[in-house]
Order: sequence, then C-alpha cells, then structure tokens
Amino acid sequence: MARYHGSNINPKKFERSQIKIILAVLPLALFTGLPIVFIVCHAFKPMDELFAYPPKFFVSKPTLDNFIKLFRASQASGIPMSRYVFNSLIVAGVVVIASIFMSTMAGYALSKLKFKLKNTLLEINNMALMFVSVAVMIPRYLVIDFLGIKNTYFAHIFPLLALPVGLFLVKQFIDQIPNALSEAAYLDGASEFTIYRKIIMPLIKPAIATTVILSFQAVWMNVESSNLYVTDDSMKTLAFYMNTLASQNNTVAGQGIAAAASLIMFIPNLLVFIILRKSFMNTMTHSGIK
Amino acid sequence: MAGRRKTKIAKRENANRSAYGFLAPYIIAFSVFIIIPIVIAIGLSFTSFNTIETPKFVGFLNYINLLTQDDVFMQKVLPNTIVYALIVGPGGYVLSFLLAWALAQLSSVPRTIFAIVIYSPSITGLTAMTVLWRVIFAGDQLGYLNYYLMKWGILDEPIIWLINANYLLPIMIIIALWSSMGVGFLAMLAGILNADEELYEAAAIDGVKNRFQEMIYITIPTIKPQMLFGAVMAIVNTFSNGAIGVQLSGANPTPNYAGQLMVNHIEDYGFLRYEMGYAAAVSVVLLLIVYVFSKVAKKLFAGD
Repeated sequence: MARYHGSNINPKKFERSQIKIILAVLPLALFTGLPIVFIVCHAFKPMDELFAYPPKFFVSKPTLDNFIKLFRASQASGIPMSRYVFNSLIVAGVVVIASIFMSTMAGYALSKLKFKLKNTLLEINNMALMFVSVAVMIPRYLVIDFLGIKNTYFAHIFPLLALPVGLFLVKQFIDQIPNALSEAAYLDGASEFTIYRKIIMPLIKPAIATTVILSFQAVWMNVESSNLYVTDDSMKTLAFYMNTLASQNNTVAGQGIAAAASLIMFIPNLLVFIILRKSFMNTMTHSGIK
Repeated sequence: MAGRRKTKIAKRENANRSAYGFLAPYIIAFSVFIIIPIVIAIGLSFTSFNTIETPKFVGFLNYINLLTQDDVFMQKVLPNTIVYALIVGPGGYVLSFLLAWALAQLSSVPRTIFAIVIYSPSITGLTAMTVLWRVIFAGDQLGYLNYYLMKWGILDEPIIWLINANYLLPIMIIIALWSSMGVGFLAMLAGILNADEELYEAAAIDGVKNRFQEMIYITIPTIKPQMLFGAVMAIVNTFSNGAIGVQLSGANPTPNYAGQLMVNHIEDYGFLRYEMGYAAAVSVVLLLIVYVFSKVAKKLFAGD
C-alpha cells in the first residue's frame, strides 16, 4: 500500500488521477452549465420549436427570428432600442473609467501613504464590504432627489462609483509592491501623483482589470436606478428595457424574445470576465481579510 | 547624505497631505451614497414619514410595531429570510469551497473551463434568471419540469410551481444556490492555487493520511483570509438577493407572502405604501442582521 503523497495542487499536466475529480465535479458543473446552454438554445428556437410538445431542450433549426422580433418590438414602443443601448454604454463607460481612477487613487493612498486617518478609513471600508445596497434604496432615493439628479445619467452613475470591494482588492494588490520603488522615485523628486501614474499604475494592471470586471457587472445589470430614480423612459437603460420585455413576454411565444433579450445582456458580462479572468484570479490571490 | 534621505522620507511618512487629494473622489462618493443613506435610514427609522409631509419623530414605535404588530413580518418575512439565508448562505459557501478545492487539483485547461461554467450563473443577471427559470418551472405541461415529472410518472397533472405558496421559496433557494459560486468561489480557488506546494509535501511526510485530513489541517488554515472574504461575500449576496421571488411570481407581495424576503418587505412599505419610516426600520434591521452574521464569520476565521 503506497503512502499518501499529498494532493497535487495546480498540477502542470493532465494525469489519470484527475479523472475522478472531474467525475465528481461534473454533476455540479452540469447543474450550473445546462441552464445557460438551455437559454442560448431557447433564444435561437423558431416558433414551432418553442411550442413543440414534448418540449425540446436543444435547438434543431436555429434562427434569428427572436432577435429580429426583439428589435421590432422596440420600434413599436416609440423609443428605439438604440437609445437604450446608447444610455447603457454611456453609463457603463463612465462608471467603469471613473471607478478605475477612484479606486486606484484611493488604494494607492491607503496602501503607500501615511496620514492620520488611514487606519480609521481602512477599517470603515472593510466594514463596508458587508454593505447591502438594496437595504438603503429609500434613503438613496431621497439623496438623489435632494441632489436634483433624478432623470439624468448621474442618477445611474453616482450610486455605483464607490465600490468597497473594488477598493479593498486594489489596496491589497498595491500592498505587495515594495515600498522601495516609490521611495526611490520620491527621492528623485517625483511628486506623489507622478509616482501613482508612472510607477504604481503600470504595476497594478491585474487589479485594474478586476475593478473593470466588478464595476462593469454592477452597472451593466443594474435595474434599480432605472426603476427608482429615473421616470423618463428615454433615460432608462438597456438592462431595464430587457428586463421589462422579459417579464412582459410571459407567453410561450414571448419566451423566445425574452431569451434573446437575456442573452444580449449576459454575453457582454461573460466576455469581459473571460477576457480578463487571468488578472482577476491574480488579484483574488490577495483577497484575504486578515 | 544618509541623513537627508531619512528626513525626506520621514517628511513623506508624516501626515502626508497629498493622501487626502488621492482619497477625495472616493470618499465623497462613499459618503454621499453609502454613509449618508445609512445615517438617513437610521434617522428615518425613528419617524413616521409618508414622503409628502415632514417626518414626525415617533421614537421606537416603528421597531416596536415591527416586532409586535407586523404579523406578515414575524410569520412570513422573517422566517422566510432566515430559512433562505441559512440554506443559501452556508450551502452556497460550502459548495464554493468544495468546488474550489476540487478544481485546484486539476490541470490548467479543464480547471479554467470548469471555473467559467461554475462561475457564470452568478453573472447571468436578473433578466436571464427570470426567463430561464420561468420556462423550466412553467405551470402547464409545456413546462420542462412538469413534462419530465409527468413522463416519469411522478406527477399526474402539471403543478403551477411559481404561484404555489408551497413551492416558491424552495425554488428560490435552488436558484440562489445555482448562482452562489461568485467572487468568493474565485477568491478561494485563487487562494488554494497559490499555496506553497511544500506545505502539502511536508504534511504528507508528517503523517497526513488522506485528502480529508489534508483539507482540514493544511488547505483551510492556509486560505483562512480568503475564506473570510468568501464568507462575507456569501452573506452579502444572500441578503441582497430578494428580487428573484418577486420576479418569478410576477408580484410584490409574492403569493401568500410565500417568497417574501426582507428586501421585498422594504420595497413593499417604502415604494408601494409610502411608509418610509417603517421601511427604514426594516432596512436598519436588515443591515444589523448582515453585520451580526459577518461578525460570526470573522470569529470563525479570525487569523490564529
């Protein structure tokens, strides 16, 4: 009987012993993956397959009908879908870019600079990791009303800018950059801002990518701002429109359109993650709360 | 030279004013949309406020009513939330950890594929979730679940799953578990992958006999910080997720309050009945519950 040699964590290549792990994980992967395969199939099903009895899981004659109907539905509603796409792109773009700068600047200060309130601020941000934003939707509404930004892009953008998880991960990532680097530059006469821009930013690309993923996910799928802070239909976002479409089309015929709508929302989110996943995992290594 | 170096660095290290410049944008956004709303919620919770008249101070009345008068809250919303949270929180968390632990033992390509497949439900978003699960749980014989259960002879006639008070909460729990392998799952996976391989070899030499012992004595202690992060994320996600019941059944309140969670209760009182003071009290209770759960998690995973 051979002695136990310890698990092989992060093995370099495929080995026979991994098969039993794959077999163990497979049922759960099917549970998480099949519903997504299903929604992709559903979005491409022609009418007769949507109505088919017995119901079919896979699509046999894929068609773009559902997507075409989706665009037609928006034409009939008076506000073209391009308007919602435009709103969403503006809002998502501003949120992602602004939160990159806000969290890396704050992360740099909290990690590398010394000042009086540092520990208090770190403590507060760590507490804010457990912040449940839906709990304060009413006070937020009052704040937005008070600021007079109802029915503007700002109502979509401002509430999403401070992302405690993003700042936390960026700060943890900057922590592992040696202080010697920024000190050397400082002695050579560089200002703090130059150090941040020229030394820190190029070194924390994985953390920046992580901020992009997290803030994009938060803003792209957000329906709360369109629901509560924006009453003007032409200022609402694609997420809201798609969600409305999906909840209205409760009939079998509407299911195809609804599936197409949800696919349009899901794919960008998935792509952003797949493209940036390596940086994301790299940052996650430093995600520990001590 | 060395002396000048020191004073210059010392100057940088003492009360560095530029820090406030770097922090200003974040602190402003953080204060206005996180701190101030929490303060307002606490303040409003002691008032009666219908959004038109000015708030009227009522002391602890809202809290007293919540605990003694609100039958829906005590009999439906709170038990629902607790059942939901106790299954989805720890359940999703344990599932995330076990999957992370298993995937860490695969080589790069299959691991990446599995990780994407397992993570993706957490980013499908509300729209996709609603559409998808409504089709699967559709109430007629065209519903996938009904069809298969009838085909296999388990059911005689279709069940209208989503507006049946007996099934709504269990269905919400299944969906929440399905989408619970999110950021926390990836954090734990990254933590395990990054562990020192020698630790595992040393443990095997020191007499660790099987994978289970290894998990308890090596894996969990080395990734404790990531596990705490994962736990906090799991708690927050569990309590944030309230929309799904309303979306599935298409109504707030959900049929017979069967799928009513605290988040829905806040929305119900705040935006449907305009009893903002009362809704604020529910919000404060929700924030407190999340805080207590996170404290418990911290106790469990505190370093050393």
